[in-house]
Amino acid sequence: MEKYKMHILICGGTGCRASASETIQNNLQEALKAKGLEDEVQVVMTGCFGFCEKGPIVKILPDNTFYVEVKPEDAEEIIDEHIVKGRKVMRLLYVDPEKKEVVSDSKHMEFYKKQIRIALRNCGFINPENIDEYISRDGYAALGKCLTDMTPQLVIDEIKASGLRGRGGGGFPTGLKWEFASKNKADQKYVVCNADEGDPGAFMDRSILEGDPHSVLEAMAICAYTMGATKGVIYIRAEYPLAIQRLKVAIKQAREYGLLGNDILGAGFSFDVEMRYGAGAFVCGEETALIHSMEGLRGEPTVKPPFPAESGYNGKPTNVNNVETFANVPVIINKGAAWFKKIGTEKSAGTKVFALAGKINNVGLIEVPMGTTLREVIYEIGGGIKDGKKFKAVQTGGPSGGCLTEKHLDTPIDFDNLIAVGSMMGSGGMIVMDEDDCMVSMAKFYLDFTVEESCGKCTPCRVGNKRLYELLNKITEGKGTKEDLDLLRNLSTVIKDTSLCGLGQTSPNPVLSTIENFYDEYIAHVEDHKCPAGQCKALMQYVIDPELCVGCTLCARNCPVDCIIGERKEAHVIDAAKCIKCGTCMDKCKFNAISIK
Amino acid sequence: MAKVKSLADLKRIKEELQSKMDLREKSNNPEGLVQIKVAMATCGIASGAKEVMDFLIDVTAKRGIQAVVTQTGCMGYCYAEPTIEVKLPGKEPIVFGDVDTKKADEIVEKYIKNGELVDGIIPVNYKTIDN
Ligand SMILES: Cc1cc2nc3c(=O)[nH]c(=O)nc-3n(C[C@H](O)[C@H](O)[C@H](O)COP(=O)(O)O)c2cc1C
Ligand code: SF4
Ligand code: SF4
Ligand code: SF4
Ligand code: FES
Repeated sequence: MEKYKMHILICGGTGCRASASETIQNNLQEALKAKGLEDEVQVVMTGCFGFCEKGPIVKILPDNTFYVEVKPEDAEEIIDEHIVKGRKVMRLLYVDPEKKEVVSDSKHMEFYKKQIRIALRNCGFINPENIDEYISRDGYAALGKCLTDMTPQLVIDEIKASGLRGRGGGGFPTGLKWEFASKNKADQKYVVCNADEGDPGAFMDRSILEGDPHSVLEAMAICAYTMGATKGVIYIRAEYPLAIQRLKVAIKQAREYGLLGNDILGAGFSFDVEMRYGAGAFVCGEETALIHSMEGLRGEPTVKPPFPAESGYNGKPTNVNNVETFANVPVIINKGAAWFKKIGTEKSAGTKVFALAGKINNVGLIEVPMGTTLREVIYEIGGGIKDGKKFKAVQTGGPSGGCLTEKHLDTPIDFDNLIAVGSMMGSGGMIVMDEDDCMVSMAKFYLDFTVEESCGKCTPCRVGNKRLYELLNKITEGKGTKEDLDLLRNLSTVIKDTSLCGLGQTSPNPVLSTIENFYDEYIAHVEDHKCPAGQCKALMQYVIDPELCVGCTLCARNCPVDCIIGERKEAHVIDAAKCIKCGTCMDKCKFNAISIK
Repeated sequence: MAKVKSLADLKRIKEELQSKMDLREKSNNPEGLVQIKVAMATCGIASGAKEVMDFLIDVTAKRGIQAVVTQTGCMGYCYAEPTIEVKLPGKEPIVFGDVDTKKADEIVEKYIKNGELVDGIIPVNYKTIDN
């Protein structure tokens, strides 16, 4: 059996692949061959390391050297210097932006220090297309343990005792859900994995499937065992080709090993998994809509009850769980409920994966224990706000969540705390905003998304969200009034109370939370007709300072709508009524005479 | 690929596969392990550091010593190449000079296993590049 002296791990996540990590891999292999080292050094393509901001990532083991922003042409130098001569390539090491120090070992990076990786345990560590690497890290051992040593009820009890709650947004206790599904008798039952992840800025589930697909397959089999199902379906967006491909490879390998199929591990239990592709509608992530979509019907939610556990896919008892929820299950079985329960907060055990996005230094994928504060996530792990700007707000929970501000930064993150401060966990998207972001525009952005994604089945959601959007639009155009704010509030409450599914029940949250937390900013828009963040175009005014203007006519000659008037060598004036706020004049003026008011 | 027929079968396969992943698992937690660095700059390679490194990797694995063997650049003791640095958990690193496979064997048996010092220690008054 081959035994390598060094391993080179290269990130094969979607982000790093987009910046040529495959070419880097090839070049590394070529360079090793040229030195005759291909049998001594193993090159492995893994899933996402989480530090996507500085991708592509190349990590060298056993010395744990973490190279960032590697380019294909760096491959040769890495092999020549690091592998052959044992000297680190200094220019590719990560430099801590605060301390200005080189950090060569990823364990010492602020980004990783506070993280605990359970769901992401294998991401950036194993080759997701090699079942052997998964098995060598206790892969399928949990399934084996359940099938051989535990009754279905014991497994359910273990999951219940662990305190695991659904990571898809709702936070429903997973063990309890499994118990419901197990109690309902039927000739056929189904386990469904919800991999529809579609909120803006979220890529947690996709990364787990890309980096560790077997963990989800194993957990689905465990779930199937507890409820007596023989079929599993993964509902995944067709627009995630890499995740789909890695799942296909994983399913094939698991079948070859007999870890999916008939009589798994000789325990008399049979289970297999297939995939269904979604067309990328946000509402299809809602479990009843998802089931209808799987049945070939329109992806519209229906009233619960009946819950899927009673009557789901093809009218049979069905258990739907989120990707990340599943990814936690094998570890809980292997290490025990008590171990898991100790991590996190009292009512939210374990960890949560977040996708950090927006105006934050370390855009990427992180996993932290529940109870970590927003401040730790944004400033320590996330490295603070980009370009030294000031933090303004963070949106958690995607389009269903709310925006939180400075005063919420020390809130320990868990399901209940986030709801208490007017937001929610959602699936784990976290979008950070700085002083240049206008909160009215932010709410408008999310409402635009919801209006697009509403399935249209119920009036409050279909029409109400559209009206909310129009009101917000009116405010950003400077035509809003103070009465509109009351209207926004009332309408939001009605939509929340009368919509059928979670989409409509939560879609006004961005509006309500921005009004609540940034009331002054709304007032500035409707009373002073100003956008304090300077983002609402309609509320900006370009003006020429007559003191500074020398009358060179440059701006007037470049204005696309000819709205600047003035004689040569005399101060010019902008006709505000005609100006389309393109900014050309300001760029052109060499005398800094033009500014935005 | 043959099917995995039972939990015992799975466990056996895991054992077999583990040695391949050993290196990766160990680098997750090097502080708790014996860390050996072999100087592998051009002077080191010329004087046989590569054989010493191969030997150390083999011998620690065979004798069941949990060790991470890495290479490093020139340590600045070209006159005494090949040099290796050995760090036992919780102890200061010690550098040995003129290490051939025989010497390496002695270091493993005496120093690493029993904590006895052996000849050839170079006084440490330098910082390695990763410090
Ligand atoms: C509009 C809407 C979109 C949703 N999208 C997702 C999704 O993309 N992924 C997901 O796992 N759950 C999504 N959910 C939640 C699911 O309905 C369901 O609660 C979840 O898949 C259950 O799994 P869990 O208990 O493991 O969280 C969505 C819910 C709503 C209302
Ligand atoms: S709330 Fe909106 S998305 Fe949900 S069923 Fe009603 S119209 Fe469709
Ligand atoms: S912003 Fe554009 S449209 Fe307005 S005055 Fe300047 S150049 Fe003309
Ligand atoms: S470009 Fe500047 S200085 Fe020249 S006319 Fe316009 S405002 Fe005045
Ligand atoms: S995709 Fe490479 S680090 Fe995330």
